[in-house]
Amino acid sequence: MKFLLAASEVPEVSFTSDVGGGFNIILEYVWVIPLIMALSFAVILFFGKSLGSIKIGDSETPASSTIGIAAVGTCFLLSLWAGAAWIDHRDNFPEADATSVLEHGGDGEHSDDAEHSDEAEHSDEEGAPAYFDGDGAPLVDASVGGAGAAALVEAGEDGHSEVHASVAILKGFTWFQSGGHEFTVGILVDGPTILMLFVVTLISLLVHIYSTDYVHGDRRYTHFFAFLSLFTASMLFLIMSRSTVQFITAWELVGVCSFALIGHWWEEKPNSDAALKAFLTNRVGDMGLLIGMIILYFAAGRTFDIMTINEMAVAGEIPRNTLLIAALCLTAAVMSKSGQFILHTWLPDAMAGPTPVSALIHAATMVVAGVYMIARLYPVFFEGFAISGSSINALALIGAITVVFGGMLAFVQDDIKKVLAYSTVSQLGYMVMALGVGAWTAALFHLFTHAFFKAGLFLGAGSVAHSVHSFDMKKDMGGMRKFMPTTFKTFVICSISLAGVFPFAGFWSKDEILVGTGGWGLFGGSGGSNGAYTLMLVMGLVGAMLTGAYMTRVIYLTFFGEFRGHGHPHESGKRITIPLVILSVFAVGAGLLNLPPGFITGEEAGWQERFGHFIEPQSAAFPPIGHATPSYTLAIVASILGLLGPAIAVFYYFNRVEARSKVEGRSLTELPDGLTSRVPIAKAGHTLLAEKYYLDHLYTDVIAGGTKGPVADMADWSNKHLIDNVIDTAGRTAVTAGQFVYTKIDQPLVDGAVDGAGKASSAFGDELRKSQTGKVQQYAAYLFAAAAVLAGVLIIVI
Amino acid sequence: MTEVYLNQFLILAAVLFSIGVYGVLARRNGVMVLMSIELILNSVNINLVAFSAFRGTLGGEVFALFVIAVAAAEVGVGLALVLLLYRNSKTIDFSEVDAMKG
Repeated sequence: MKFLLAASEVPEVSFTSDVGGGFNIILEYVWVIPLIMALSFAVILFFGKSLGSIKIGDSETPASSTIGIAAVGTCFLLSLWAGAAWIDHRDNFPEADATSVLEHGGDGEHSDDAEHSDEAEHSDEEGAPAYFDGDGAPLVDASVGGAGAAALVEAGEDGHSEVHASVAILKGFTWFQSGGHEFTVGILVDGPTILMLFVVTLISLLVHIYSTDYVHGDRRYTHFFAFLSLFTASMLFLIMSRSTVQFITAWELVGVCSFALIGHWWEEKPNSDAALKAFLTNRVGDMGLLIGMIILYFAAGRTFDIMTINEMAVAGEIPRNTLLIAALCLTAAVMSKSGQFILHTWLPDAMAGPTPVSALIHAATMVVAGVYMIARLYPVFFEGFAISGSSINALALIGAITVVFGGMLAFVQDDIKKVLAYSTVSQLGYMVMALGVGAWTAALFHLFTHAFFKAGLFLGAGSVAHSVHSFDMKKDMGGMRKFMPTTFKTFVICSISLAGVFPFAGFWSKDEILVGTGGWGLFGGSGGSNGAYTLMLVMGLVGAMLTGAYMTRVIYLTFFGEFRGHGHPHESGKRITIPLVILSVFAVGAGLLNLPPGFITGEEAGWQERFGHFIEPQSAAFPPIGHATPSYTLAIVASILGLLGPAIAVFYYFNRVEARSKVEGRSLTELPDGLTSRVPIAKAGHTLLAEKYYLDHLYTDVIAGGTKGPVADMADWSNKHLIDNVIDTAGRTAVTAGQFVYTKIDQPLVDGAVDGAGKASSAFGDELRKSQTGKVQQYAAYLFAAAAVLAGVLIIVI
Repeated sequence: MTEVYLNQFLILAAVLFSIGVYGVLARRNGVMVLMSIELILNSVNINLVAFSAFRGTLGGEVFALFVIAVAAAEVGVGLALVLLLYRNSKTIDFSEVDAMKG
């Protein structure tokens, strides 16, 4: 076997993906799903208003939202179909192919029997990790090292292009060619795609239904639903992108939609400012995305194909340093899109948009795009940051810092949505951290569970705000549990899930991330094939404490105490509460999809790690995913710490504040002589948090202001002295020149010439008209005379 | 039986053509002018048929047939024009018609 795939010489590597037709055919046609949403966008935008409203039962619904809901509902059903098809496809895929060694296409024209059998041996020796044996033992598949990668790059010895069987479905065509660069587009459907299809369409569907009530009677109702459709379409387009060009396009589309939706009520200055801030902050990261993707394009031998880039990264065909730079650039993109510390500042401001949009942005679409990008191009990060060998790297560090710093910011917010926004920042930190420490599955699993409880929390907050017409917990809320029992219950369930309490969904995913850090040799465990990230474990535990505590604060301020607002709040309608109930059901149960191995000892492994089994890409185009050994010890320690935070918050609010409220005779939101007003350090800390670490000041005053002032002065000076002078001189010169031209050139020469031409032609015409007698026979005479002359000429010449 | 030469036909055609040209230029009656045009066309037909016969090909005859057909159409249009001319200006004298004088 020769390894032909050198960096300079790239044999054509193609994949076959046979879904076997029939039921699974949807997997080849998933592109229909974003198409439906895009069509829905176009229809709503162009015809939404003129279609008026549709009468369903005894209530009138505007046609725009009905179209949107019908479209996204169809997409959801298609996604369910795709999910079922994927499970079937995945389970029926030959194990050897599915794990690491890609065989040459059995019946493809390039197949070579001798090589084929060689390959098969190969896979028996080193391929198929124990993980897929299905015997339920705790599994660490660290052995899937270079073998798979090596097998992948074995090009046919006669230089034939190679055909791999791939569990991922790949379809595509060349979009256009320009200067030798080929732009291919297509779909790449594998586990993460299917996962996101389900999450995006479900959350989007619920948000659509919720919105019909929430933005009912809004001045831009049609516009709102049009952009919800486009937003969903963009995200769906993003998750099935096959090439990086496609990915960037979708990424930017998502950004544009978020801009339009955050600034939905743009008449108010703060809203349009927030939209601009979101857009501009994202631009910072987008530069990183663009540069990173371009680096990858050239590094991978001029290809935009994500699979090829991944393969080459895994196979070590791209130099480590190139990958590191590319990964750092892409990390910048993740920091802006997924709200990682220090570029997270746009995210809380994005709360200016309507609440359903916040739910959509924070749970299913925009912010997880960054996480999804890492998951998609994981080999680049994995190899670039040397995740398997190190104990600290940029990605994990950024994630860990975000977990803690984001969580701390949530404590000082009075706006319920902003608390949730910082909570999202913190939770996204978990996902990025998980990816940074090599716990790929845990990150996507947390993305999955987080989507449900965070959407539930946002929609719940929206439900409360819809009722009291404010987001301010301290001024306008309090005691809401009496008025809104359903919202209260779902909100508490989602909060518990977010805080990671056993056995809610959040517990399983958070625990898996903490296990994945592998930094707990302390408790007698190991981090699978990856390094020991002790710092990340500590940060994650601190984050877990914070999460529970700030959610307790939100629940107390919103639902307990006495009502501090005005008017008579009441429970929201069915179109708001039903999505809440559905989401809280998922918030409770979604964690059961990925029970850790060995959780129910002695049982068949059939119900353990189902999520990982179906979601993890198993191919040579992916690094081995480390599975850490789970441990009861860590789960118990994490649970105790996770409950300690809320316990302190419960003691503070439900005991101290409640008692003080009774004494003072009014509903308090904090102790008037609490720690922050007595101890200087605590006060300073509070101010630091309230000012959001002064990051906004840094951006607007120091960076923007520092450059704006001098630049403005210089621009003003150059304007007055340079540009003004130049323009004045130019103006004067132009006037003089103009006058000269007018008197000396235009009037005598040009005018004279024009007049002369006119006069000459007039005189000539006068002469010529004499020949036009109007008599037919005279014309005939001319004709014959001319014919005679011509005949004469002909005779003479010949 | 006297010999027939090509020249004889050509001379006949030339004579007819000249008569036609004279008629077109000198006659004032519109109908007479049209008839003169017919003479010109027929002189051409004679030439075509004569050349064709002497060369032993059929092309000239076919062409002559086309000319006859076109001439019929031309006369139809021409007579219609003369008729309209009469209706509008009560004359078919071409020398009196000079509405297009420059």
